[in-house]
Amino acid sequence: MMGAEFVALSLPPLLIGVFAAVACALPGNFLLLRRQALIGDAISHVVLPGIVLAFLATGVVAAWPMMLGAGIAALAAVVLIEVIRRLGRIEPGAAMGVVFTSMFAGGVLLLEQSDTSSVHLDVQHALYGSLESLIWLDGFGWASLLDWEALQGLPPELTRMALTLAFVAVFTAVLWRPLKLSTFDEGFAQTLGLRTNLLGLALVVVAAIAAVAAFDAVGSIIVIAMFICPPAAARLMTNRLERQIGWSVLFATLSAVLGYVLAGYGPLWLGFENAVSAAGMIATVSGLILLVTALAGPCRTRAGAPTET
Amino acid sequence: MLWQALTLQLGYNATLVTIGAALLGIAAGATGTFLFLGKRALVSDAISHATLPGVGLAFMTMVALGGDGRSLPGLLLGSAVSAAVGLLCVSWLTRRTRLAEDAAIGAVLSVFFGFGIVLLTIVQSMTAGRQAGLESFLLGSTAGMLWNDAVVIAIGGAAVLALVLVLRRPMSMVAFDPEFAAGSGMNVRQIELAMMGLALAITVVGLKIVGLILIVALLIIPAVAARFWTNRVGHVVLIAGAMGGLAGYTGAAISATAPALPTGPIIVLVAFVLFVLSLFAAPGRGVLAAVVRHLKFQRRVHLRQGLLALAQGQPIYERLTLRLMRRAGYVRPDGVATDEGRGQASKALLDERRWQLLRSDPDYETAAARYDGLTPLERVLTTDQITELDRNLGPEAVT
Repeated sequence: MMGAEFVALSLPPLLIGVFAAVACALPGNFLLLRRQALIGDAISHVVLPGIVLAFLATGVVAAWPMMLGAGIAALAAVVLIEVIRRLGRIEPGAAMGVVFTSMFAGGVLLLEQSDTSSVHLDVQHALYGSLESLIWLDGFGWASLLDWEALQGLPPELTRMALTLAFVAVFTAVLWRPLKLSTFDEGFAQTLGLRTNLLGLALVVVAAIAAVAAFDAVGSIIVIAMFICPPAAARLMTNRLERQIGWSVLFATLSAVLGYVLAGYGPLWLGFENAVSAAGMIATVSGLILLVTALAGPCRTRAGAPTET
Repeated sequence: MLWQALTLQLGYNATLVTIGAALLGIAAGATGTFLFLGKRALVSDAISHATLPGVGLAFMTMVALGGDGRSLPGLLLGSAVSAAVGLLCVSWLTRRTRLAEDAAIGAVLSVFFGFGIVLLTIVQSMTAGRQAGLESFLLGSTAGMLWNDAVVIAIGGAAVLALVLVLRRPMSMVAFDPEFAAGSGMNVRQIELAMMGLALAITVVGLKIVGLILIVALLIIPAVAARFWTNRVGHVVLIAGAMGGLAGYTGAAISATAPALPTGPIIVLVAFVLFVLSLFAAPGRGVLAAVVRHLKFQRRVHLRQGLLALAQGQPIYERLTLRLMRRAGYVRPDGVATDEGRGQASKALLDERRWQLLRSDPDYETAAARYDGLTPLERVLTTDQITELDRNLGPEAVT
């Protein structure tokens, strides 16, 4: 399992999965604490029309235009939600529900209307990605990792995801104090002169970037699951934000690795022939981790809530 | 073509789908209203995504028992069970842990959906049971709808609608004020579960037509749109039902006119159009009404200030004020006041002086609270009271 085949077939998807999971989990911590956890859900639905429009505009299935289209669609959705919420004086949840379902419906319609049957672009792909297919054809054993020629053949998704993760990590580190302040006490942050509106928007934009990049590589299920499950599980483990981030990174990594391995090798161990969806399995594992922490996490109850005996 | 579709003349299958979608829309709109009013619209998102594992498991069970894996009642039963488990998970996570409801919703929807996808990939590798087409539950598929399917949808929708009518009073009470409902002896938790259970039933019934990703739209959008038109719960339920039905009927009819128009998305987009219309055109809460209200108010303020300036002999420079005064016939195009303008101006000034007096008099405290610089005093006080007030105003002011 750890031989040459592993490096070529499993290492790249595994790394991409881990990077995507961590990149989503980092902003997810703040979104969770700000009660905006479902932004990830909304974003991952609305990227579909963006991707289809980008395809229609350029005519090719290329990564950058599609990511751009997805990013624009995500931003448009965030703006639209805010506009509808203000103009109609509707609660944010319902405004979100109206916008993301309508945009998703528009995306599906566009997809059906346009002639995309010749290219690999369909709703299923958008939903659960194709993590398993991101293989490294030039990888012949561990030595290839030191071989520049072979490294050129790495799936481009790996580089993109690594860059995205680095960007998200830098964003979190640089804006750590303002983010923390405005998340826990927005009023206080405002009196200190922080632009909390701008900060909130920046957080959503970073989340959208992480979501779009991850979406491109692994599909939208992982995106939604990783925005919410690891941070939620981490929240039940500790009261300190620093440790919560640490736990969430650990849980995200664990979900990605365990999920990928279970999806790829689990059915074989059980005597089946075909692997199951890695994206689905990663989401499932993250849910199991959340279940365990909800049952036994040291900080699972609300402060002041009666403890059960 | 569209007219034929709308009048149900496009053949048996199209007619079946159109009527089914209309029934579904009515039931979904009415049910979704209570979720929306209770600010829990997105719970339906968790419910709908949580149906997927049930679909997969039901298929496997039915194939294992030697039956046809695609029997609709069986799949719907399976999806109902797994959606119920998902719903209980959301409720359990929210009550027993410190996680907020939105996090619980997101966790349940993504995990259940992920697990459902895992099951679907297993089903795909099964050789028995004609598994092709199970994915149609994601986005709905009306192409092969049978009479039996339509009957299931019609009965399910009617049953949900009847329950909504029976439970509408307790449900609206819990949606608006759970504490008060609990205080008057209601079992809030049970009613909430009933509310969610009805949404669940709609989701399951709608799987075939709109699919599990978009059924949320039918629960949320008509209710949100209906809210613009009225402030009464009963009316919101009725209008939401009507809008849902209209969206279902029109959407299904439009989609029957061409092959590349999938039913579910078209229904959702029609509902969205209805929402946008409501957002802009509804009286009272609509955007256009708000703009008109604002412009009217602006006009009154400018006219009043213009008249006061005229009365005190001050020049008016503000363009909008000048234009409004001219249009009302209070000033001539060269800016000189007309007779009518002078009359109105002195009336405004008198009104303002009376108000000033009134506001300095503690006896008129309640009346003074209604001062906004616009309302004529005649609307607040009786003629006798004004005469009384004028006595203190001094003769030179009353001209």
